[in-house]
Amino acid sequence: MPDILSGLKLFKRELTPAQVVKKSREDRFMAREIIDGIFADFVELHGDRLGGDDMSIIGGIAFLADRPVTVIVVDKGTDIHDKLSKRNGSPEPWGYRKAQRLMQQANRFNRPIIMFVNTPGAFPGKEAEAQGQGEAIAKSILDSMKLTVPMISIIYGEGGSGGALALATADQVWMFQNATYSILSPEGFASILWKDSKRSEEAAAVMGLTAKDLLEKNVIEYIIPESRNHPRVFNLIRKRLNDEIHTLNQLTPDELLTKRRNRFRAF
Amino acid sequence: MDLYNNKNSDTSKIKRDASVNDRIPDGLFLACPYCGAQMYNKQLGKYRVCAKCNYGFRLQAWERVELLTKNFEEMDSDIQMDHPEFPGYAEKLKRAQSQTELAESVLTGTADIEGERVALGIMDSYFMMGSLGSMTGEKITRLFEYATAHTLPVVLFTASGGARMQEGIDSLMQMAKVSAAVAAHQEAKLLYLVVLTDPTTGGVTASFAMQGDVTLAEPHALVGFAGARVIESTIHEKLPKDFQRVETLLENGFVDQIVPRSELAQLIAKIVRLHTAEAE
Repeated sequence: MPDILSGLKLFKRELTPAQVVKKSREDRFMAREIIDGIFADFVELHGDRLGGDDMSIIGGIAFLADRPVTVIVVDKGTDIHDKLSKRNGSPEPWGYRKAQRLMQQANRFNRPIIMFVNTPGAFPGKEAEAQGQGEAIAKSILDSMKLTVPMISIIYGEGGSGGALALATADQVWMFQNATYSILSPEGFASILWKDSKRSEEAAAVMGLTAKDLLEKNVIEYIIPESRNHPRVFNLIRKRLNDEIHTLNQLTPDELLTKRRNRFRAF
Repeated sequence: MDLYNNKNSDTSKIKRDASVNDRIPDGLFLACPYCGAQMYNKQLGKYRVCAKCNYGFRLQAWERVELLTKNFEEMDSDIQMDHPEFPGYAEKLKRAQSQTELAESVLTGTADIEGERVALGIMDSYFMMGSLGSMTGEKITRLFEYATAHTLPVVLFTASGGARMQEGIDSLMQMAKVSAAVAAHQEAKLLYLVVLTDPTTGGVTASFAMQGDVTLAEPHALVGFAGARVIESTIHEKLPKDFQRVETLLENGFVDQIVPRSELAQLIAKIVRLHTAEAE
């Protein structure tokens, strides 16, 4: 690329995939801030009713404008202690089971489900494996294929692998402008394919993990433009959520399910 | 007399006779990957299991078909799909295809197992580590769709290292795609039986391997979500030997039964019969 063009690119501030990866990991938007910014009267609901409550997944009910909805948000934490206790947003199996419980509850009360995802992936731990991390994700995906209420998932930071898909099996998936969604972290990808985790920048470039790449492949439906003015971003999301839920609500339960399943059948 | 001739030249080391390796054919003696027991190849028998610990050696899809059924009709054998472009991927795929005589990492079809007709899927860990590519997902999805349309139970043998990295996000989407077909099959009130074989990990564990109505497993098979090395480097702890082995999964409630390979066909047929028989 001639120098003048790369200069232009800098001017337009289009980030390289590796830069997007870096940005997606920064604390641009916080979980609680998103909940308070978009919804009203949020009531948090804890626990999976099987013996656990994972704080890395915040769940509850709230109003989206006049409409009651179920909200499920992955939280990376705010300070270092909070982040450590939430494993930087890596849910344990009981986190996914808490989400499942809230999804079933939403289905029973005919409430749309809005999910916000920001996770490096499901937590790779000893206890997580013993408690069936694989089963927890598998069931989240399968349950999502059966719920007859509108589901919209928004990836606002990292969308890491199966741990993200568990909360992104929905009628629509949106991404923040500087979010990523991929099969694995670029570091992991480089270390598996090239046995060299230091080639992560190169990996990021070929993985097609930016919102723009994924919109082209129809993996997502919409890119949310980011701005330093957070209320503006939240207003936009609220309005768009309302519109889309209104449209999805026109479908019969059967139509909704068929449409959701066909969305993934296309891959 | 060599011993005397060499007496003064080099006595510091006892040298192994390197030509021994050439005189013993490859694969004549095997070590069990689980218990390490050394055994003569033919000791493994027809079912290829360790004589000492009953671990089932990894089988290729067609070998497993032979052990299960005399009546197998393959479907979607000539399926064609565009593969995502990735440096070196096309060549790797071609090599796997010629090595395994399979088009993809899963073999699907209909079969007669001990008199019961089922839709049968068998993943092959020799094909790019049984990884979940778009075509793998497509074949399994079609297997479920066929079973739903023809009211057949699905029996699926899983063996996979997880997602196929070269296919990126498309590989991830297969987890949801297959799950949608599983959901429709469940709604038709049909049985989905999973047999976990060594190894079943990653995205396959986190989707259709853990969605069965009945989950059987072969002895000592490794089944888990995250790789042991990733976990060790995350929690800075050495993992025990039985970590992610199906015996541990059984203890924790994620497997119905661990079944020796020689008894699988009969048990599968029995379970199918318990789901299809109609009471008077």
